[in-house]
Amino acid sequence: MIELAIVSGKGGTGKTTVSASFSVLAKNKIIADCDVDAPDLHLLLKPKVNIKKDFFGMKKAYINKDSCIECGVCIDVCRFDAISPDYVVDTALCEGCEVCFTQCPVKVIEMRENKAGEYFVSETPYGKMVHGILGVGEENSGKLVAIIRNVARYYAQKEKVDYIIVDGPPGIGCPVNSTLSGLKYAVGVTEPTESGLSDLERLMELFHHFKIKPFIIINKSDLNPEMSEKIKRKSIEEGAIFLGEIPFDPVVVESLKMGKPVVIYEKDSKAKKIITELWKKIEDYLSRKI
Amino acid sequence: MKITVTSGKGGTGKTLISTSLALSLSKKYPTTYIDLDVEEPNGYIFIKPDIQKKEPITLPFPKVDYDKCNFCGVCQEVCAYNAIAVLSFNNEVKIFPELCKSCGNCVLNCPEKAMFEVPREIGTLTYGKRENLKFFEGKLNISEVTTTSAIRIVKKKSLEDIRDGEILIYDSPPGASCPMVEASKGGDYIILITEPTPFGLFDLRIAVGVVKGLNKKFGVIINKEMEGFDELYEYLKKENIKVLLKIPFERRIAESYSKGKTLSEIDKEWEDIFLNLYNQILEEVND
Repeated sequence: MIELAIVSGKGGTGKTTVSASFSVLAKNKIIADCDVDAPDLHLLLKPKVNIKKDFFGMKKAYINKDSCIECGVCIDVCRFDAISPDYVVDTALCEGCEVCFTQCPVKVIEMRENKAGEYFVSETPYGKMVHGILGVGEENSGKLVAIIRNVARYYAQKEKVDYIIVDGPPGIGCPVNSTLSGLKYAVGVTEPTESGLSDLERLMELFHHFKIKPFIIINKSDLNPEMSEKIKRKSIEEGAIFLGEIPFDPVVVESLKMGKPVVIYEKDSKAKKIITELWKKIEDYLSRKI
Repeated sequence: MKITVTSGKGGTGKTLISTSLALSLSKKYPTTYIDLDVEEPNGYIFIKPDIQKKEPITLPFPKVDYDKCNFCGVCQEVCAYNAIAVLSFNNEVKIFPELCKSCGNCVLNCPEKAMFEVPREIGTLTYGKRENLKFFEGKLNISEVTTTSAIRIVKKKSLEDIRDGEILIYDSPPGASCPMVEASKGGDYIILITEPTPFGLFDLRIAVGVVKGLNKKFGVIINKEMEGFDELYEYLKKENIKVLLKIPFERRIAESYSKGKTLSEIDKEWEDIFLNLYNQILEEVND
């Protein structure tokens, strides 16, 4: 079983477009959306939720104002500026570190369970999907990502599938680290812009860090062919497998607007043909490796 | 005046718009652009600043004084992030930097006073300038996860040396979780960038929830404006959300963006558009 994450460093490069299409094309798979901050894959795959669970993040501090002597210790020790001058904890800023809880001289602070999001096991027309969503302004996306990956692996083993297709979050921080840890392969989707190149270089460092073999795809490649060429050379130099380019095709935006994966939207679109070929290349490569 | 430019979804044009806005305003007002997208800072591509100074961004990281440590295990117990493992059989206290959030709880609770903190580098703060525009950029090191702390430090630094009537433009990270909250918390006004697609709308709803929760005045800029997805406009109308500006979906803009050009470098007119936008924001904030 191969777990394949689609990540991008930069947001808006077409990660979800590619993930949704790969989720359709891969034959025997579990689908996972690890972009818990802004999950969009469900907008294309239209999952029917079967199991819904609460996600609890770090506990949050709560000050019992009736017994508080307003000594100021908690405010002084909190390094996240989460406690206001009138002794109210801002749960959006509280990182659950428990410093105030352990240091309060009169013990009026308690740590309370905090529902920080939800996760789901769903059915889509293309297979089982595990996904989640973080509550507004919540932290600990890495922990929720880890849960989603574990649940997806559980079903992958139970159903003996060949692939877990993971739609990853943007960036290179906590949730991405949590998405990539322990993986052998990932797909980096980039765009031919200065920003795309800059973010790809950072993402490559992260791939090296995790010892991941990346496949690279350039989306909207004809917007700046020169830059596409530069990115292509760069990724090969860095030891990535350059999969190919998806030219700017209005049918991609159309399919998004209609809420459908582009590979099933129009029978004979250019984008469909190319993405299908890209997936074939991945399958060929991985089948040789197994 | 502090303006945060943010979006739920990545790739909506946050950096293009915040750098264009900052450069346009700097022609008339003392302005600073602060790149708070510390995981993927891209503002420099558009601002092209002369770099003046770089310094490390550090967080305090616990260390153990083995002359005092008796391996009692309290530090491990109080660490809410499981970042400490006391291996008493080995006379070792292991502290994992990738889990530590530098809260200081272990140090404060050590009964033997055997723990202290040393600065640990998690990223780089870059100072620069382009004509009248000051430039700050925070950049997190690869595999570091303390995004929010890095943002907090960069924000504090940007406030150290403010000129009279200065405008600060914060370029926020995407998403709607802590890093975005931290970037938005600093603003007097928040500009949310969105695009007319189901993704754009879905993520915008989440971002609006955050901004409303913070009790901030805000407005929306629609980037890549095109026909065919009316739900976005219906939502904005229903929620009575102000549309500050619409930027058309044009290949010309996309191509110039790919080369690192700001909007006013494509078309001078944008300078006036952004100055007007600022006046509109000013009125709303002072209202």
